[in-house]
Amino acid sequence: MQNGWLYIGLFLIVGIIVPILPLLFSRLVAPRKPNSIKQSTYECGIKTVGDSWVQFKAPYYVFALVFLVFDVEAVLLFPWALMLKRLPLFVALEGILFILILVAGLVYAWRKGMLEWL
Amino acid sequence: MNLLNDPIHFIAQWLQGLLTGWGLSLVLAKVILALISITVTILFAMALAIFLVWVERKVVARFQDRIGPNRIGPYGLFQPLADIIKLIGKEDITPALADKFVYNLAPVLALASVILLWAILPLAPNIYGVDLNVAVLYLVAAGALGTLSIIMAGWASNNKYALLGAFRTVANMISYEIPMVLVLLIPTLLAGTMSVKGITEAQSPTWFFFLSPLGALIFLISAVAELGRSPFDLSEAESEIVAGFHIEYTGMKFGLFYAGELLHAFTFGGFTAVLFFGGYRFFGLENLGPLVAAAIFLVKAMFGYWIIMWIKYTMPRIRIDHMLAFNWKFLTPLALTVLMVTAVMEKLLAGTSPWIYSLGLFLANLAIALATIEILHAFGKWQRKTEASTKPALQAGQYYEEQNP
Repeated sequence: MQNGWLYIGLFLIVGIIVPILPLLFSRLVAPRKPNSIKQSTYECGIKTVGDSWVQFKAPYYVFALVFLVFDVEAVLLFPWALMLKRLPLFVALEGILFILILVAGLVYAWRKGMLEWL
Repeated sequence: MNLLNDPIHFIAQWLQGLLTGWGLSLVLAKVILALISITVTILFAMALAIFLVWVERKVVARFQDRIGPNRIGPYGLFQPLADIIKLIGKEDITPALADKFVYNLAPVLALASVILLWAILPLAPNIYGVDLNVAVLYLVAAGALGTLSIIMAGWASNNKYALLGAFRTVANMISYEIPMVLVLLIPTLLAGTMSVKGITEAQSPTWFFFLSPLGALIFLISAVAELGRSPFDLSEAESEIVAGFHIEYTGMKFGLFYAGELLHAFTFGGFTAVLFFGGYRFFGLENLGPLVAAAIFLVKAMFGYWIIMWIKYTMPRIRIDHMLAFNWKFLTPLALTVLMVTAVMEKLLAGTSPWIYSLGLFLANLAIALATIEILHAFGKWQRKTEASTKPALQAGQYYEEQNP
């Protein structure tokens, strides 16, 4: 357990078990009388029409793509930010160059209309 | 190391000696100690979540000029207990054709993702779960698990509107993760380490809030949007679109989502305190003992939670296209600018005295803020001018459609 990841693993396991306990307790205590009206899909009182797993609009996908690009950029910037205190000014300017290349990407996406919620 | 200064390690050493004395191997003793520590931390977090339900209801009541729950127990303190008893007793209605495993896993994962964050939160110099050396990255990763649970909830509910609500909420959350991760780089940069304990220790002369107020502000806004709380909660507006991705959840499963959201807000208040407001430090008072340091940390975290609640109960809801435009067209460029300027200023002012360092970084942030306001001002003026030139003026009593029949 030198660097603590065993602790995190155990934390995940216990952290999943602990919220399950109220659910199990509820299963003992709560009534269970299912019928078809109760189990129908909720749509403000109207009967549902068609499939529930509908197709989704393209802008959701576009936002996820733009998020992906910037998330990878941010993760790649982590070692730069970590080591910046110990390295000379030139390294800061190199990191800024990297950021500026990706800012150009953001400006491109903006001008192309990818950031609109259409 | 005695009981007063270092209680956790003292008890851990004693227990370890006890367990190995009974004949267990060292690894097994360490695992049992870890499990005890984990259980205590998780129970503390859950008890805090229950207390926060009461705080939330009292504070929202005061913001709305009423008293809030005051019947059950003194000052309504046992109200959350009554809520829990009610929620446990409700019938658990699973919609027909729902994806059972995913449907049941989603609320558990939502709460688990918040509880996971309590492993790295330092309450005092010697009270913390584990001192990871990549704690900031772990914060982002555990937060992403909560986003996953929302899509699971929306998808498995077999309900078109839950699915759409889940998509919108997740599009919102992932968009606001970008400024959050970028601004998390600023304490990493200023402290030279990713471990939260290291960041707390590195805030010696000045808190990072004074070195980078814009960073703290962007972190707060992104955290509020990340939590899916008002004013960014269009997809799960309790009073408008009937509850979004958790329409089909009843009873304790809904209770887990709700408690998870409140605990998440408090945890982010705690992280704001640790990353920007000095954590458990307060002019040397934390050396008086671990309980004093933990009290200081909890007060700061509660202050952060108070600000989040204040924002929620004061501002109206923002439309989803405004939310996303605000993020991609304003917060992300601003976060990138603050990061670049902080990096350059940090290198330029590296060896100077702490006062000049702090003043230099603070003035740089102030300059960025003023420049941003000027740019927005000029943009607004330009927009009004172009609109006035393309739209002819209205006569009295005329509508826009009448002008061009």
